[in-house]
Amino acid sequence: MPDYTLKIRRFDPESGRPAYWQEFGVDLPEERSVLDAILRAKDEQDGSLSIRCSCQAAICGSCGVRINGMSRLACNTKLSEAAEDGRNGAIVVEPMGNMPVIKDLIVDMDAVHWKKVQRVVPWLLPEGDPPAREYIVDPESMIDVTQSMACIHCGACVSACLSLEVDPEFIGPAALAKAYRFVGDPRDAHTEDRLLDLAEDPHGIYDCTHCFACVEVCPKDVAPMDQIMRLRRRATADYGIKDQNNGYGHEKAFTDLIEKYGTLSEAQLLPKSYGDGSLIRAQVKPAALKELGAKFPTVIRGLTSGKVSPKTALLHHKLQDQDQIRRIYEEVESKEDRLELNLYIVGESGGEEEGATSEGGQEE
Amino acid sequence: MKLAYWPGCVSRGFTPELHGAMAAVAPKLGLELVELDRANCCGAGVIAEHNQELVDALNARTFALAQKVDGAAGMMNICSTCQGAQSECQERLDADAAYRTHINEHLEPEGLEYEKGGAWWNKNFLWLLVEEIGLDVLRERVVRPLDGLRVGPFYGCYIVRPTRRLGFDFYPDRDRYLEQVIEACGAEPVAYAGSHKCCGFPVITLNRETSLRQAGRHMADALDAGADCVVTPCPLCHLNLDLQQPEAQPFVERDLGMPVLHLPQLVGLALGLDVKALGLHRHVVKTDAVQDKVAALAAAA
Repeated sequence: MPDYTLKIRRFDPESGRPAYWQEFGVDLPEERSVLDAILRAKDEQDGSLSIRCSCQAAICGSCGVRINGMSRLACNTKLSEAAEDGRNGAIVVEPMGNMPVIKDLIVDMDAVHWKKVQRVVPWLLPEGDPPAREYIVDPESMIDVTQSMACIHCGACVSACLSLEVDPEFIGPAALAKAYRFVGDPRDAHTEDRLLDLAEDPHGIYDCTHCFACVEVCPKDVAPMDQIMRLRRRATADYGIKDQNNGYGHEKAFTDLIEKYGTLSEAQLLPKSYGDGSLIRAQVKPAALKELGAKFPTVIRGLTSGKVSPKTALLHHKLQDQDQIRRIYEEVESKEDRLELNLYIVGESGGEEEGATSEGGQEE
Repeated sequence: MKLAYWPGCVSRGFTPELHGAMAAVAPKLGLELVELDRANCCGAGVIAEHNQELVDALNARTFALAQKVDGAAGMMNICSTCQGAQSECQERLDADAAYRTHINEHLEPEGLEYEKGGAWWNKNFLWLLVEEIGLDVLRERVVRPLDGLRVGPFYGCYIVRPTRRLGFDFYPDRDRYLEQVIEACGAEPVAYAGSHKCCGFPVITLNRETSLRQAGRHMADALDAGADCVVTPCPLCHLNLDLQQPEAQPFVERDLGMPVLHLPQLVGLALGLDVKALGLHRHVVKTDAVQDKVAALAAAA
């Protein structure tokens, strides 16, 4: 039987000692899980070693930890696989990140994860009295929310989130994915209120840095970041919510500039983003002027370093075939519904058969 | 090797030194670059956020233009963000024939078509260096090994996550290539916490504090790890790490002064190119310390 070394980060607040590393040698077959190894070490070597776990089948979401720096379920990670990525021959196991540690590998999910989930009102708010029998919904309209329903609240995405690392107030990937589960539900009557709330919050949907860390670690393919992008799409395209965080302005400025020029003009992107997508509003809106003023030193540095010439800053050329780009915009944007291919439903190697496309959102 | 070359918007806008450096490095590596000057912006995640069909059509158009370049081995980009945004669209286009046909209808009036093909690829210069040129060939061409230069890698999110979309099943070391290239150039890779994290650029206009805290923290970590400079294959990371570095300093409450090199600049130095030709003087954070080290190498040799 192969011999594995676990290097576990230990911490017991009641001991008065700081956190420390401890190694455990465990003999188990390679197909067994890291959780099996931790429980074996607990059984045979140190009964005080603490981890939260239950189903051991990647369903309950209890045993989230960091293995070799990656947020994962311990029960869902094979020893052979973990040993391959290990450091100096040891499988490194730490508690999840972005949450306070209660003891050893147990983090305080209540203090961070559950508090944030509660923040997004994670229940259905239908209009009026419930129907006499069940709610009837068109199956197609549920395609997009299916993915966010798969969440098992393990906290792996919260642990890996790079925005949370610098802004603990960020609502975070798990809670925002949950928010989309209700925003995308046709039975919910408060879609716009929910979006307005999440768009205006400085730590809401526009505080996500689009780093894919949550997508990478989610054991259930919820792709929380994709759900956050769906929330942004709904907020801007369907409800035209002009938020104080420039989320609307940034998206509008960017897409408009590509429609006009084909490539990006960074010099125009900034002022337009602050002006809800408009250069004129950027010059008359007090908040926009303030933000542009704060950018002034950066602009000067760009110019004096020779990085940016006044010519590139002021003149941006259209692509030779810009009329083709405009035509594509026109063809796509004149449609009543947005066409989206949902790979969660199709599967990435969905082959050549027809896949699941959904028509997301309503034009208002 | 002939390549359809997508330089991206930023290398021709706010990081012109990157475009120049790539042009200078290409002939040294035997690359013939056919610039896709009719191609459009990749959308940088923002158009995808706005409308998926639109961004897929726009990138399918770029792929179709690249596929029409006669004799090209594939398509090369020099931006992690372009790589990620384009790979995302390619994943959808390749997954579903009906969807691909539909997207191609947008290209038909222009006489273009994106063809799904097993052999066709779109690779960042970093991937191309390791997988198509090869580290051995790179080592052979190095005329000025960057002995003693300590370089922190900075990848950019879009080129390392999600691994499943970005071909890690086939190329599992793609998150270690920068270290390998740094080594092949004779320099010393420096490990630090931020190498695979987010530079913060995508939220610089949405949440300045989150953005600059990220940029500042990573540069401070690189400094603490003893790096002389960091190197990145992503011009958007460069904007937040270099252009914004003076603004990021207050968020970590310290002076940073960490030079941030574009990947072709580092490779160019090892290939013996002049610092001016590589645009090292056109950075916000002065690259003097790097230039001095390189000059000292030349004097020693």
